[in-house]
Amino acid sequence: MNKKKKKLTLSRKRSITGFLFILPWLIGFIWFYARSLFLSIEFSLSNLTVNPGGGYSLDFVGLDNFLYAFRAHATYKQVLTTSIGNMLIDVPLITFFSLFMALLLNKKFRGRTLVRAIFFLPVILNSEAITAAMNLIRTMMSGGISSASAEMAEAAAGTGVGLTYYIEMFSNLGLPDSIITYIAGAVDRISDIINASGVQIIIFIAALQSIPESMYEVAKIEGSTAYETFWKVTFPLVMPHIVTNVVYTVVDSFTQSEVVELAYNTAFKEMNYGLSSVFSLVSTVVTCLILVIVCRFIQKRTFYYN
Amino acid sequence: MEKAKKKSLLVRYRELMADSQFTNDRTRWAGNVKKFILFAFRLVLIVGVCYVILGPVIGIVSSSFFSDADSYNPMVYLIPQEPTLGRYTMAAQYLNYGKTVTASLLYSLSLMLIQVFICSMVGYGFARYNFPLKNVLFACVVVMIVIPTDTIMLPLYMTFAKFDIFGIIKAIRGDAVNLLSTPIPMYILTLFGCGLRSGLYIYIFNQFFRGLPKEIEEAAFVDGAGTLYTYFRIMLVNALPSVVTVAIFSMVWQYNDTFYANLFLISNDIVISKRIATIEASISNVEKILDPNILELFVDAGIVLIMIPIVIIYILLQKQFIEGVERSGIVG
Repeated sequence: MNKKKKKLTLSRKRSITGFLFILPWLIGFIWFYARSLFLSIEFSLSNLTVNPGGGYSLDFVGLDNFLYAFRAHATYKQVLTTSIGNMLIDVPLITFFSLFMALLLNKKFRGRTLVRAIFFLPVILNSEAITAAMNLIRTMMSGGISSASAEMAEAAAGTGVGLTYYIEMFSNLGLPDSIITYIAGAVDRISDIINASGVQIIIFIAALQSIPESMYEVAKIEGSTAYETFWKVTFPLVMPHIVTNVVYTVVDSFTQSEVVELAYNTAFKEMNYGLSSVFSLVSTVVTCLILVIVCRFIQKRTFYYN
Repeated sequence: MEKAKKKSLLVRYRELMADSQFTNDRTRWAGNVKKFILFAFRLVLIVGVCYVILGPVIGIVSSSFFSDADSYNPMVYLIPQEPTLGRYTMAAQYLNYGKTVTASLLYSLSLMLIQVFICSMVGYGFARYNFPLKNVLFACVVVMIVIPTDTIMLPLYMTFAKFDIFGIIKAIRGDAVNLLSTPIPMYILTLFGCGLRSGLYIYIFNQFFRGLPKEIEEAAFVDGAGTLYTYFRIMLVNALPSVVTVAIFSMVWQYNDTFYANLFLISNDIVISKRIATIEASISNVEKILDPNILELFVDAGIVLIMIPIVIIYILLQKQFIEGVERSGIVG
């Protein structure tokens, strides 16, 4: 007993070294993240006033802020539901689109490096100002003019490819409305989807390259077709990374959603800090719930090789 | 039994057919057509998607050369009739381009170096050492990735508006310091592994180090290398692919970031992405240009100017980046 205290065993020594390695992060996590989360909860339960000399004082008001956000606030409920709705539409689309693109880019063909470089460009150019200007230009170009005011561009975009025409055509064919709306929505936001799936494509390409070649050889020898190979070899082995991608996509689309904007404006333009905390807390909790449910759902169906 | 025999006969027949001696023109032709259709399908798809990505970039670059006359002429599409460089000179002047872009690049470069250093260290610690509560702590890293910074922006703002370490600063200076409107909060956050997307970088490094063979370290240990020597001279060198990945990600995202810059009120002179948001208003006020169409052209020129450094970095390191991404531990 005494001896042990004096001389550290190798494993204890190693555990101390490891602890030292993560120490900076641990301090930061407790100091900034954990503390901030508790403060956020505290703010949401109280009325915050900023003192003129700096600093702030809190009056505890209980759940008033929550009740206000859900009963009285004009736009919060609507913004929250549309953001979540958009997220739920986007996530499957982005996941499957990026898987498809990764499969395509994983094949060897001439000019592959160039194409890959172009595909990762949105990851590099994801600045707010750049995105805004690009959206404007995109609407104008699809309308056939390269420079005009935004209103004119929108009017012009309407004369381009008429989505309504196709929608009518498909509904005359007797397809159910919900499917048509979903597809129309998907077509409408194709550029958003492409631009949002840069990192996801990277992850899937890396996943595809980590599949051992011998698997495919076995499949070939057993005489499976390309279709069967995809569903029996490629897809199961890529499955674990679908979870990673879904998590990334959900978080990414949440950070760019209107809820965040609303919370930011409430805090720094209307100076209502308590309400802003409520907004961000509620939406974070909702996002985390979605993540947990989706991950559970996928993980049950996931096949783990190891 | 009978069936199996038949099948094997069929397979043999096909193999014979595939043999060059028996191949007739029709099967070869069908194969070629199939190949061509697949090729065309892939080509159309790839070109289409590339156009969706590159289209707006082309649009921005082309309209940044438009003169007033081109802008009002409805016949002009993408290719200006009277190209002008006036947009660039004006945008560069209002962005204070040379100075701002240097400051901005230095700011993101220094933060990038800290990110790589700290996150690789933390990732290494998680990957190679066992200590109590390791799984719980790693779950905290995942929490950092999953919970958006927006949730904690208010407390962060408050923390740095009245910055203090256990009352030490208050004891010395008499009052807590206000660190807002300086880049210091960002440096402090990054130094403690909580900067812009640090969680993701820690995760990447962790996955990569876990994939390296343990024998390397054991050999180093036997040869008498200390922990720090092993880490800096052996592990970090081996982790070059993920270092490149994280370096580019963190450099570019930091350069583009406006969220933290707005939250901490960091000056426009340091963060060029923030400055572009005000260029439209200031040109309109000073130069008395009121037409939003024309103002948008200046913004386009400004955006091209902002994009240039990132695009250059990207083109230079593109190959290492993509290879790094593929080999590094983004995937477990």
